[in-house]
Amino acid sequence: MNKPAPQITPTGRPNPVDIVRASLKRRYARERRFRWLGATAVLIGLLCVVLLFADIILKGYTAFQQTYIRLPIALEAESIDPEGTGARAAIEDADYLALIRNALFELFPEVRDRQERRLLTSIVSVGAPNLVREYVLAHPDRIGTTQEIWVPATADIDMLMKGHINRDLPEAERRVKDQTLGWIDRLAAEGRIAKRFNTPFFVNGTSREPELAGIAGALMGSFYTLLLTLILSFPIGVGAAIYLEEFAPRNRWTDLIEININNLAAVPSIVFGLLGLAVFIGFFGMPRSTPLVGALVLTLMTLPTIIIASRAALKSVPPSIREAALGVGASSLQTQFHHVLPLAMPGMLTGTIIGMAQALGETAPLLMIGMIAFIVDIPQGFTDMATVLPVQIYLWADSPERGFVERTSAAIMVLLAFLFAMNLAAVLLRRRFERRW
Amino acid sequence: MRLPMPALGIGLLALILTMAMSSWLLFLSVLLIMALAYQLGRRRAIAQVGGPTKIKRLHSLPAYHGLYAALWAGIPALFVMGLWIGFQDQVIIAQVIDALSPTQIEGLSPGQFNLLISDIRNLATGNIVSAQVTSELQAAADHYNRLRALSRIAMWVVVLALALGATLMVWLQIHPSLRARNRVESITLAIMIVFSSIAILTTLGIVLSVVFESIRFFKLISPLEFFFGLTWSPQIALRADQVGASGAFGAVPLFVGTLVISVIAMLVAVPIGLLSAIYLSEYASRRVRAVAKPLLEVLAGIPTVVYGFFAALTVAPFIRSLGAWLGLDVASESALAAGLVMGIMIIPFVSSLSDDVINAVPQAMRDGSYALGATQSETIRRVIIPAALPGIIGGILLAVSRAIGETMIVVMAAGLSANLSINPLESLTTVTVQIVTLLTGDQEFDSPKTLAAFALGLTLFVVTLALNVVALSIVRKYREQYE
Repeated sequence: MNKPAPQITPTGRPNPVDIVRASLKRRYARERRFRWLGATAVLIGLLCVVLLFADIILKGYTAFQQTYIRLPIALEAESIDPEGTGARAAIEDADYLALIRNALFELFPEVRDRQERRLLTSIVSVGAPNLVREYVLAHPDRIGTTQEIWVPATADIDMLMKGHINRDLPEAERRVKDQTLGWIDRLAAEGRIAKRFNTPFFVNGTSREPELAGIAGALMGSFYTLLLTLILSFPIGVGAAIYLEEFAPRNRWTDLIEININNLAAVPSIVFGLLGLAVFIGFFGMPRSTPLVGALVLTLMTLPTIIIASRAALKSVPPSIREAALGVGASSLQTQFHHVLPLAMPGMLTGTIIGMAQALGETAPLLMIGMIAFIVDIPQGFTDMATVLPVQIYLWADSPERGFVERTSAAIMVLLAFLFAMNLAAVLLRRRFERRW
Repeated sequence: MRLPMPALGIGLLALILTMAMSSWLLFLSVLLIMALAYQLGRRRAIAQVGGPTKIKRLHSLPAYHGLYAALWAGIPALFVMGLWIGFQDQVIIAQVIDALSPTQIEGLSPGQFNLLISDIRNLATGNIVSAQVTSELQAAADHYNRLRALSRIAMWVVVLALALGATLMVWLQIHPSLRARNRVESITLAIMIVFSSIAILTTLGIVLSVVFESIRFFKLISPLEFFFGLTWSPQIALRADQVGASGAFGAVPLFVGTLVISVIAMLVAVPIGLLSAIYLSEYASRRVRAVAKPLLEVLAGIPTVVYGFFAALTVAPFIRSLGAWLGLDVASESALAAGLVMGIMIIPFVSSLSDDVINAVPQAMRDGSYALGATQSETIRRVIIPAALPGIIGGILLAVSRAIGETMIVVMAAGLSANLSINPLESLTTVTVQIVTLLTGDQEFDSPKTLAAFALGLTLFVVTLALNVVALSIVRKYREQYE
């Protein structure tokens, strides 16, 4: 395309149209650059999402399996139940570790040295004797026979089988020694090592041993805490929203309440933890580390979310509904509870679910009120010492063992799965019941 | 006589269970009485007018009579029960202290005094006691247990009497002309007012709890030293001759560390968040927007502990090895890693707030700019952003306040030692990290160490509150401008 010659206007200055034309190329280039910049920003954001999820899934997916070793354990009657009474107490007290050791020594008769024998015993988890005990209690008729029983391997062997321990490193820098490697390879060749579904991870409480640690305790703690949070925050949030949106006169008091709600939504969560520590534990003397105190703190934290969402839901109900109800003689409270509230309920529930999801992921305030104690037992109620899933993740992330890295990631996956389900429920609820008036 | 250990254990367990259960059982009993009162009230209202066919003669429907009775049966009883449970321990402890012989309390420092009280409490509940169990201590513990048992019985009696008495009172009141609906509605309205005042009570609770503990802290350590001191090492030694025996409470290194990490976070979040908001609201096609926007918002829903894990186990080692490759010395808990990940966390926050304000700019301003021949990017840069600037700044201030108050990422990925430095490759610590480390051990409640955490909490609360108030007022003013 040939450019038109610049026209000179009578005043001697270039025609504005030509100035614009001359600058167009530069301006369009700028336009494209800006557009690319925006697209890059979006891509970087999306990349972060992908990286985060990929990192956690790659680190953690192996935790859903656990390495087991199949041992031919001789369930000798003389060591389990010497008197032959078949009494439960006798069977419970027997020394199952000795049986496991004997089975291992049978398999590797060449191991004679005491130190080597100790090394050999250490490939089996310290939780294995318990497992054998459960087995014998379930099948008391098999005492006196030799049974092939799958027992969990220790965390180091588990990591080795999952490829997290590099075999090419010099022996001194490796957690698994050459000798153990030889034993493991022999067991593997005999088909005595296999990875099976990691049930303990879902039914055990936490433990110092990665191969025995599970999330059941933390899940139950989260369940009790969230249940109480829901029981407290939903009625309070909805009640406050109805009052503020429908009844409150415009005066200083209600202005103060509104400012407070907006500001509380932005107060750092750790400050709520300080409140819980000073008021609920320090002043009222409530039991530390319990779902009860945790739920009270989380209720105060989620209330602003629920109130704001509920007010928005009330606002979206058209005034004609209220006028019709009042017109046929309903009182103002009857109008609210019989007509407006049912229509606003889906929006309120959506807000509540989102608030609960926030509460489920919250960690910092719960650290303040002592929900970080090492609690092996699974909590049974609101006043038992407990911990919650995010706090469990925090505690495991601090553990140096490689086995805990994997379990931390797996616990994160479980937490994210719950959050995803809750958010999905909120979206579906909104889609299903949202009405455009 | 010596009881066998298992029997003692079971006995104790049963005792604890009944103590824990008794409140729940009482709560359930009150609920039961409420249900009963509802039925009684309803039936009596119907009976008074002579059968269900004649309820037109009632001022209010029978259900309102029932509700009125149930509310009266429940509310005073539950209120008293809540107060009782909340305050019984303090009253009992006060009684036990009164009963102690003066020689026991004389000359005790407040710390030792608290230890004595917790010993009595622990001995009474069968926990481990720090001191030798003397006969006096045992007597006090027994006294404590006796009072607790008495208090429990008294609570049952008072609460049940209240519930039943109120039911009876309403039952006598019920009459066809009783304005039961109006009364139920006033009670409901009053309950809703109380509910909506909880927000104010919460703020009050926060302020009072941090202010009281901070005042106690500032009596021990001067505010001047706290706000302007340059060394932070809150270890209080047990013995006077220990190394580093004197704790230092100069919080400047923490403030600087918090600032550095927040600045890094904002350097990540503001450009990415703002540009993606602009791209998604001005350029992206409807389909791209429908996919990209929720995906970006996923970042907002991820718990902070997950970001902390990501920062500590993935980003920090990566930055460290990157630094080693470039020949830089990077600390394993560098401020850079924590800041970067915190920035990622804040991206959706900045982008959704900017999205709101950009969409609030009236279409007429865009059209005017296009009509003058401006390109899209020129419109955005010269018209939309200047118009939306107050809102964007408000949003950024809110994001800053979130970065300052963020806890888990820095607890997991930033350092503990308080270096006074602005080098992001070093290990820096923040206000929130120190609050967590000071309060998550087994310390006494009174040492300057734990009180310092509340002083830090007060600082944090005041700063974030100020940022929020300023930001919200800017955003509100901006919204009004275009409405």
